[in-house]
Formats: sequence, C-alpha cells, structure tokens
Amino acid sequence: MKVPFEKLDKAFENRLRLQIMSVLMVNDRYDFNSLKELLDTTDGNLASHLKALEKEEYIIVHKSFLGRKPNTNYEATEKGKAAFRLHLDALEKLIKQQKIN
Amino acid sequence: MEEKEIHDELASIRSLMERSSKFISLSGLSGILAGVYALIGAAVAYKYIYTKVSEIPADINHIPTKAFFYDSDINTAILFLSVVALIVLIASIGTGIFLTMRKAKQKAQPILSSTSRTLLFHMAIPLITGGIFILIFINNGYFGIVAPTSLIFYGLALVGASSFTFSTVKYLGLCEIALGLIAACLPIDGLLFWAIGFGVLHIIYGSLMYFKYDR
Repeated sequence: MKVPFEKLDKAFENRLRLQIMSVLMVNDRYDFNSLKELLDTTDGNLASHLKALEKEEYIIVHKSFLGRKPNTNYEATEKGKAAFRLHLDALEKLIKQQKIN
Repeated sequence: MEEKEIHDELASIRSLMERSSKFISLSGLSGILAGVYALIGAAVAYKYIYTKVSEIPADINHIPTKAFFYDSDINTAILFLSVVALIVLIASIGTGIFLTMRKAKQKAQPILSSTSRTLLFHMAIPLITGGIFILIFINNGYFGIVAPTSLIFYGLALVGASSFTFSTVKYLGLCEIALGLIAACLPIDGLLFWAIGFGVLHIIYGSLMYFKYDR
C-alpha cells in the first residue's frame, strides 16, 4: 500500500492554517479581525499561524491604516494557491486509496 | 490520517469558503413580509388614485400618470403616495434587518463582516443611482417611469449582489428586470407591475428561501 502522505503539504498540517488558506482562496483579501471572528480563535494563535504561512510565501500581508486603527489584510499568493490545490488533491487521493483498501 | 478526519477537514474547508465569501444569513421570512407590505401599500395607492381622480383623460396612452391628477391635486397626491412608499420601504428594511440579525445569530455569522459590507456596497450603487434618477424624473413630471425604473434598478442591484449571497437572489433580480421592461412598455399599468414585482415576487422568493434555508 502506497499512501501519498509525502504529498500532503507540511505547512497545512495545522488545521487553522488550512482554514486560513481556504478563506483566502475565495476572497481577494481578508482582514485580521474578520479572520479571527470567522475562525473563532485568539489573536496570538492566529498571528503565529499567519506568520508561518507568510514565511512559506503562501500569503502576503498588506498593512494600512483605517483612520488611526491599523488594518492588516492578507492575500493568498499564486504559490500558496497552487500549494493549497495540491494539498486538496492529495487529500482526495488519500480518500480514494482508503476506499480501495 | 483517518478517512473520517479527512472528510471533516474537507467539510470544514467547504463551509469556511461559503461562510467567508457569501452572506448566508438573509432571511426568507423577511422577503415574504416585505412582499405583504408592498401589496398593502399598492392597494392603498390604488384606492387613492382611482377614488380621488374622477376623470381620466381620453388620450390616456400619450400622457404620463401626471394626467391623472388635476394640477391642484398633484402636490397632495405626490405627498400621499410618497408617504405610503416611504412607510413600505421603512417597514421592509426594518423587518429585513431584524430578521436577518436574528438569523445571523443562529448561524453564528457576524452581521457586519467584510462579506455583508461588500453585499451592501454592490446593492447600494444601483439603488442610489436609480433613486436619484427617479427623483429627477418625478421632479419633471414623468410619474410613469417610477414603476418600471424602480423595478429595473432594484433588479440590477439584486443581480449585482447575488454573487455575495444565495444564488436564488440572481433569479429574483432577473425577474424584476424583465418585469420592469414590460412595465416600461405599459406605463398605464405601472402600479400593477409594481405590485407584482415588489409584492408577489418577494412573497414567492421569500417562501422558496424560507422552506429551503430558514428551517
């Protein structure tokens, strides 16, 4: 039995990162606070996983100011979108394989 | 990784994609109620126009609705009809906001998210444009354009907003546009088309949404 585990992206091993990426797949940009609310998580947790995705160059950060409040937006890069699709494909293959076995 | 785990993962991805990009807390019940208000408003307006106006000119087809009123009556008539329209509008929006907030709470979806803001923005452009356009024409005495134009601009607003919410909204929008164009060909029956578009269509749409998503 050859399961293509190696094809699963290590960056998406964490569930929250995968969730962040799925939001950024369907929205051009999404801001920090909306992400926090949607994913029901804490500032620190979300920030650290966003950092990790940024380090992989899967997302880019846009910082701006709304009045005096800082407003941070995130956008998925082409590299990130490609990686996400590959990861989903790998998940799909895993399911198919397990059905056969 | 277990198969169930993968399935959960995929389900969570799908739900997030939908919840983050579409506003799914629109209430079907508010559509039904908005339709009922519109029908009541149209009935009141109909009664007013056809009891107050004793004489209908013979060359009715060539004259905008303005001709229904004697000049001295025009201002009172406009005022009365505007108040009716305003009450219908405020009641519909109020009910819509109340029921949508209630549903957003149930669905644990924030009511003012970037999605709902985008939705409102895309609706506001054609609605405000249409509203100003209609006011300009009313000011010039072309009352006949109110029904077709409000239907058409409302339809455009719905089609424009539909990519940020249920896709059923798009079909409602297309129906409103078609109805508006037909109404434009038959200006005399403006009130009837207005009642169909804002009353009957909303009730049908609201019921569909109610049975499909609300329960």
